[in-house]
Amino acid sequence: MTQNPYLWLIPTLPLAGAAINGFLGRRSSKRAVTTVALTFPGLSFVLALKIALGFSSAAAPYVFNLAHWIRSGSLGLPNFFTADFAFYLDQLSLVMLLVVTGVGFLIHIYSVGYMSDDPSYYRFFTYLNLFMFFMLTLILANNYLMMFVGWEGVGLASYLLIGFWFTKDSAASAGKKAFIVNRIGDFGFLIGLFLIIQHFGSLNFTDVFAKVEPLAAETSGAGLLTAIGILLMVGACGKSAQIPLYVWLPDAMEGPTPVSALIHAATMVTAGVYMVARSHVIFERAPIALTVVAVIGTLTALFAATIGITQTDIKKVLAYSTVSQLGYMFLACGAGAFSAGIFHLMTHAFFKGLLFLGAGSVIHAVGGEQDMRKMGGLKTYIPVTFSTMLIATLAISGIPPLAGFWSKDEILWKAYQASWVYWLIGAITALITSFYMFRLLFMTFWGDYKGIQVDDHGHAHSAHGDHGHGEPHESPMFMLVPLIILAVLSAVGGFVGIHHGFEHFLEPVFGSEFPKTITEASGNTEWVLMGISVLFAFAGLILAYVLYVSKPYLPEKIAASLNGFYDVVLNKYYVDEIYAKIFVKPLVDGSTKILWQGVDRKVIDDNVNSAADGARHVSDEVRHMQSGNVRSYAGWIASGAAAVIAYMIWWGMR
Amino acid sequence: MVPLSYYLVLSGILFACGVTGFLIKRNIIAIFMSIELMLNGVNLSFVAFAAHWHVLAGQIFVFFVMVVAAAEAAVGLAIIIAIYRTRETLNIDQVNLLKL
Repeated sequence: MTQNPYLWLIPTLPLAGAAINGFLGRRSSKRAVTTVALTFPGLSFVLALKIALGFSSAAAPYVFNLAHWIRSGSLGLPNFFTADFAFYLDQLSLVMLLVVTGVGFLIHIYSVGYMSDDPSYYRFFTYLNLFMFFMLTLILANNYLMMFVGWEGVGLASYLLIGFWFTKDSAASAGKKAFIVNRIGDFGFLIGLFLIIQHFGSLNFTDVFAKVEPLAAETSGAGLLTAIGILLMVGACGKSAQIPLYVWLPDAMEGPTPVSALIHAATMVTAGVYMVARSHVIFERAPIALTVVAVIGTLTALFAATIGITQTDIKKVLAYSTVSQLGYMFLACGAGAFSAGIFHLMTHAFFKGLLFLGAGSVIHAVGGEQDMRKMGGLKTYIPVTFSTMLIATLAISGIPPLAGFWSKDEILWKAYQASWVYWLIGAITALITSFYMFRLLFMTFWGDYKGIQVDDHGHAHSAHGDHGHGEPHESPMFMLVPLIILAVLSAVGGFVGIHHGFEHFLEPVFGSEFPKTITEASGNTEWVLMGISVLFAFAGLILAYVLYVSKPYLPEKIAASLNGFYDVVLNKYYVDEIYAKIFVKPLVDGSTKILWQGVDRKVIDDNVNSAADGARHVSDEVRHMQSGNVRSYAGWIASGAAAVIAYMIWWGMR
Repeated sequence: MVPLSYYLVLSGILFACGVTGFLIKRNIIAIFMSIELMLNGVNLSFVAFAAHWHVLAGQIFVFFVMVVAAAEAAVGLAIIIAIYRTRETLNIDQVNLLKL
């Protein structure tokens, strides 16, 4: 354990940026806002790099206690409880730190180009910096409570940024939806934390895990650790958009595209994975909770991927893809392969961030249009965006040797060790992933441009209102440079996983105590499985090519022949409608009929009104006493005195 | 020796006269005199008790009451004159407004 007094600066710097832009941004020039907005997260990134370069596994974890926060009970007694503003950096948080600051900084740069015409330019960067602050707090926290602060804070930033164009009704309600759905997850998370406090008396990671470690695994039945694990998973389901709480993420695409890239693809939504990985000590001792994690992850991966096939909004496809990929990460965690999950988290941050930024560049190019059916043939218009997106698509599809291949293969291999069912569903999902990603690529970049050539975009992209959109045009350098850097990372980012290098790096955190039966004999199986998943990836590619390039009339026929099932998938399995019927409508009706018209009007309002009426009636009667006639007052005084005297005499004679 | 109860009864009658006068009189000066009557009724019971119990405090208190009553008379009469000058009446029922 090593002290590192610079740790607290990493989250605080973006907060300073948010404060400066938030308070002064309205009156500052755009140049000044840009400088502030880029400098502070940039400094965080530099600091993170510096720490990473000087990182030694022997000295880890690096810690720093900034200030006391909560102290209750008395020292030495069991009721003693502390939670401090303290930071904790080990291998796991270092990976997250680099991903968040690195990808975050790139997306900040990108946003300078993307948001350049928005009237609320300064507000955007205020929120973005604020998000960085909370996300880094979440990552670097040394206790669950501070993590929870970051957790809620990123939720707030997410809400603010989804509803960034709040004059648009759909954006405002998407923000609310995200917030409310996340609240449900947070409820589970909080109860999990209460259980931890109740039984372990602390929220510090090291203290809690030290107390959990000697406990036996709950193999025979569900116990305390299982309960905590499942409750934490409920929280993770909300933040990381897993079944049944994934519904907010696709709607969150109402936000500006860099927000979708940063918050709803690369960083915030992976917080749940990070939290589960961080709590691995608890999960490893709760096999039932692990199974829950794995099953939720697997189902979500498949479920979201199938929806992704039918979507036509370029960002919605990516949103469902994100949900699906997050499912992969949870599948890895559930199979006990936390390092594989974190590995995929990292590579996913690269290629999904890139895909969203590329999608933003495409949307920018065609003047705010998001419907892929109105795109097509863009590869000649925007070659840089096209080539970077091609790399990202290859990466997410799991085609070697790009980043996604390594991490996805690692997950599938670990899933296979847990159960072949996980592997099978995972592999099928990989096929679907490859298919819908190439579908996106082919629909957008191949064929002929189907968009409108005139300068007409009633779309809410006020950010681009000033451009003349004759033809699709390439984005400015501010947007292209991050694309290129992320493309490089998506291409080579997977190489850290060769020879389990990434896994070994994370071993001090996750340990090797969990059975990882990697033997020579199973080595062959690994190769076979790898071959199958690569085959699946290419199958998806070819299928997409056939359906969307060589025989573009086929998809409609297939859709028609599927009798209604296509419609069900197109409408996202009607999950939103079902939720609306089961949860939202009863709540709204109950609130309207019982709480509003019943309790609020009948009970509270009526009581208050009758009390006021009564007071007025009584006052009306009593008013006549105050005539303004001095002698009548004197009379009242005299009779009052007489009454008192009479009472006293009666008292004395009793 | 006159018994204490005689003094007290007389004191009560004086006080009751004062209260009654205060309530039924319309002339401010008459009301004023009624107040003095009440004060003196009380004074009488003070000195009666003082003499009865041989405690000087009651007598000394009476002096205080007299001083206050004298001051009151000075201030009160001045106010009455001021009222008469502005309203040209001393009827209390017509002086029920603080300002004109």
